[in-house]
Amino acid sequence: MENHLLSIVTFLPVLGALAIILVPKEKLDIIRWGAAAITGIQLIFAIWILSVFDFASGDVQLVEHFAWIPAFNIEYFLGIDGLSAPMVLLTALLSFLAVFSSWNIDKAHKGYFALFLLLDAGMMGVFTSLDFFLFYIFWEVMLLPMYFLIGIWGGPQREYAAIKFFLYTLFGSVLLLLGMLALYFLSEPHTFNMLILAEQSAQFGQAILLGMNAGKVIFILLFVGFAIKVPIFPFHTWLPLAHVEAPTAISVILAGVLLKMGTYGFLRISWPVLKEATLWFALPLAILGLINIIYGAMAALAQRDLKKMVAYSSVSHMGFVLLGMAALTPAGMNGAVFQMFNHGTISAMLFMLVGVVYDRAHHRDIEGFGGLAKVVPVYAGVTALAFFAGLGLPGFSGFISEALTLIGAFPVFTWITIFATVGIVLNAGYFLWAYQRVFMGELNSKYEKLEDINGRELFALIPLAIITFFLGVYPTPMLNLMSTTLNQLVEVVKSAGMAAGL
Amino acid sequence: MDLNQIVADLGLFLPEIILTGVVLLVVLYDLFQDAEHSIRSGYLAMGGLVLTLLAVLMQDTSAPTGIFSNMLAVDGFSNFLKVIVSIGAILVMWMSFNSNELKGRRVGEYYVLILVLTLGMYFLVSATHLLSIYISLEMVSLMSFLLSGYLKEQMRSNEAAIKYVVFGAFSSGILLYGFSLLYGLTGSTSIFEIQAALAAGNVQPALLLMVLVMVLVGFGYKIAAVPFHFWTPDVYEGAPVPITAFLSVAPKAAGFAIIIRFFNVVFSGDGNPNMEAWSALENLNWQAVISLLAILSMTVGNVIAIQQSNIKRMLAYSSIAHAGYMLLGVVVADQTGIAAILYYAGVYMLMNLGAFFVAIHVKNAFDTEEIEEYKMLGYKAPVLGVIMTIFMFSLTGLPPTGGFIAKFYIFRSLIEYGDMYFWLAIIGLINGVISLYYYMRVVKAMYFGKMELPERIHQAPLNVTVLLVILALPLLLGWMIGDPLSGYAQSAVHFFVN
Repeated sequence: MENHLLSIVTFLPVLGALAIILVPKEKLDIIRWGAAAITGIQLIFAIWILSVFDFASGDVQLVEHFAWIPAFNIEYFLGIDGLSAPMVLLTALLSFLAVFSSWNIDKAHKGYFALFLLLDAGMMGVFTSLDFFLFYIFWEVMLLPMYFLIGIWGGPQREYAAIKFFLYTLFGSVLLLLGMLALYFLSEPHTFNMLILAEQSAQFGQAILLGMNAGKVIFILLFVGFAIKVPIFPFHTWLPLAHVEAPTAISVILAGVLLKMGTYGFLRISWPVLKEATLWFALPLAILGLINIIYGAMAALAQRDLKKMVAYSSVSHMGFVLLGMAALTPAGMNGAVFQMFNHGTISAMLFMLVGVVYDRAHHRDIEGFGGLAKVVPVYAGVTALAFFAGLGLPGFSGFISEALTLIGAFPVFTWITIFATVGIVLNAGYFLWAYQRVFMGELNSKYEKLEDINGRELFALIPLAIITFFLGVYPTPMLNLMSTTLNQLVEVVKSAGMAAGL
Repeated sequence: MDLNQIVADLGLFLPEIILTGVVLLVVLYDLFQDAEHSIRSGYLAMGGLVLTLLAVLMQDTSAPTGIFSNMLAVDGFSNFLKVIVSIGAILVMWMSFNSNELKGRRVGEYYVLILVLTLGMYFLVSATHLLSIYISLEMVSLMSFLLSGYLKEQMRSNEAAIKYVVFGAFSSGILLYGFSLLYGLTGSTSIFEIQAALAAGNVQPALLLMVLVMVLVGFGYKIAAVPFHFWTPDVYEGAPVPITAFLSVAPKAAGFAIIIRFFNVVFSGDGNPNMEAWSALENLNWQAVISLLAILSMTVGNVIAIQQSNIKRMLAYSSIAHAGYMLLGVVVADQTGIAAILYYAGVYMLMNLGAFFVAIHVKNAFDTEEIEEYKMLGYKAPVLGVIMTIFMFSLTGLPPTGGFIAKFYIFRSLIEYGDMYFWLAIIGLINGVISLYYYMRVVKAMYFGKMELPERIHQAPLNVTVLLVILALPLLLGWMIGDPLSGYAQSAVHFFVN
């Protein structure tokens, strides 16, 4: 048990960022390849972590635990279980590949890659920390580089997008902070340790806060904090703007990793710590999930901007995660976390592909293309694959996870699940319609000389495509990784509900 | 009161004696300097202040004592604040050496005034008698008036001084009236005897309420809490920038010190701050009054700061908001609440002085105080830009900066009481989100927008960079290494009681 793998994987990018700051800014290649090397090493470490991870155990592993600020019982506590392990892998993988999508960044490279690595460290820290205070620090730290990455390197409306993103998420964060402090003072002895908080779950349900059940009040506070990140309707309005204005690699990170933090926060904190409130809120959450699925898909259908369409498809796909989580069945829960991973890889592909065409055509208007398949056959092929994965075609990983969430939710929320399946049809609708308008039909004469996708871009896309395809055919390894922990989680939440007579 | 006792007390008065000696020495030394070299008096003053600081640090305050017939207290609380104001004064002198506004003037008396102001704050943070409170408060005020009007030939500086004097005279008049009523009600001017008289319970609550409102006006003026804040923006804008920086930090901390000491000792009596402090006054809901002041200060300060385009005015209004956050700790008024205020005062000093210092340097180098004209500063002067960004994040209260930890401790002390202050904590935190908007305007101006890379990179002089790093580094790393300041602040919540 005595190793520091998690600290290494978390803080390696910080060291990398410092190293990059010291490189003279003319040495562009050293900066780029340096960032690639650091995230590459991080990815190797992430795979190493999975190789020593005990799949059969549902408990936290690779623990690093010592006192940090003793006066307030704040601990440096890292550890992963079947819930966080896939997220650690996803973060490392997408950070590495996103470096290659960042090759075209045209100004202030040094600052860009240094901030990018800090962002990477912040995300990794969120998924590895088990002390709520530490979790919160990482959660917030991530905002700062994100603000600059959108605001400096983004599209035309970047300044507005950056501050809107920042204000929204900070608003969520302060509610999170309130909830965190309330939990701290209701626990005995006062602690931020998530595992101990989970053990004391029952007493939060009995305490009173603001004249109401403390567990429910805290649940709502945390809910808003996490919901803004997911984002859950009606807290989603920052998302299309931020996704569209951000540079390609940052959209990849936003959709691929940042959105997962919201749902991860639910499963890491709200579910185990506030079990009774979770059961109380399951139905509203399932309804919100349904709204996300349908609303996101309808909005995507209406977009003319390809990137905005992909952004709204994220809203829709995250709806399945919510539905699976709310169902509190083993199938639903596994489907939800699997969907988090799959949406990470698939949406990363989609944003990268949008970036490829935008780099060449300098616009993203779906109506403004046409017949591209004739000039860029490879690009058209890869895009077809990613779109099929996105719409949940059997044979791709997205199908398995969406199916699992629906199977898991059906016995619990029958009608909601039936309506949710409409979302799948809509998903297929906007993806296929967009594909048809961009790649089929008459060739738009403006694009006769369009360059096909190049080797660097393919290098970033192919690993994701392979993973998507592999997990679509053979999802067992990933499900094995997460199922022990998740089934245990379902079990404890249910039995707490039983005990409370719900 | 015998002579031997006074002589014995002098031992505990050593820092003040040293500081007085330094003041006299600098005045004398300055007589022999011509205008060109009068900056040397400044160096001497700074050296003397460092010496004084050492004397303060070496003072043993494990046993709180009253000196000179309990006119002043020597305890952990006053010691902590003396350290804070001394460090603040040293940093401000360092800034002043680099200020263009003061170039080419005879500046000897400027540094003398800062020293006397510091001495006044030493007295204020340890005063335990109505007379010593009033005299030290006046000492601080008078020096502040003089310093803010120091740029004699500038209209704005004159206006600042006049406004400051008028408001100051008015509020200290009200304070004095309150004190005289308090004396009439209790028959004493020592806050310990006043406490005893109040505890005996033969004072009319209605009259006492009037007294306390008056006292609060006097103190509230010093910390620039809404609605006693009207002097702040004009004074802050007109005064020399280093003085603005100083006024926004040190006298504010000293003002909080006297509020805390006065209310804690007068109403709780056993020297252990706790919630009883407030409930000792039946029929008067003091927490509600202070809460209201806190909410007003935070909200008004933040909302008006959003509209400012001048960086000094923006920081001035934001300092009103910060006084509001610190007042939240006064509402709680227990061990953790007061420790949180002390911690906040320390962190606020670093980040606010830092922000002002960057503003001074930008004014020197680029001749502007408009936030919009900070354009591309992050590329023109990369080091300055990064450091300013740290200060802005810290002032907003974002991790991983000390500003976050300071706010965290304040809100932690509020939520400890569960329901009672939960709404207050929510209002405070939402205010933090509002402040993000205007602090980020500075960051936005420095980095965002159409990028034109400058031809050459501006390098700040070494001593400026060093000072900025000294201010910024503890904000980033201070709390990560186990947070020594919080332990220090915790142990400093020790009052002398008779």
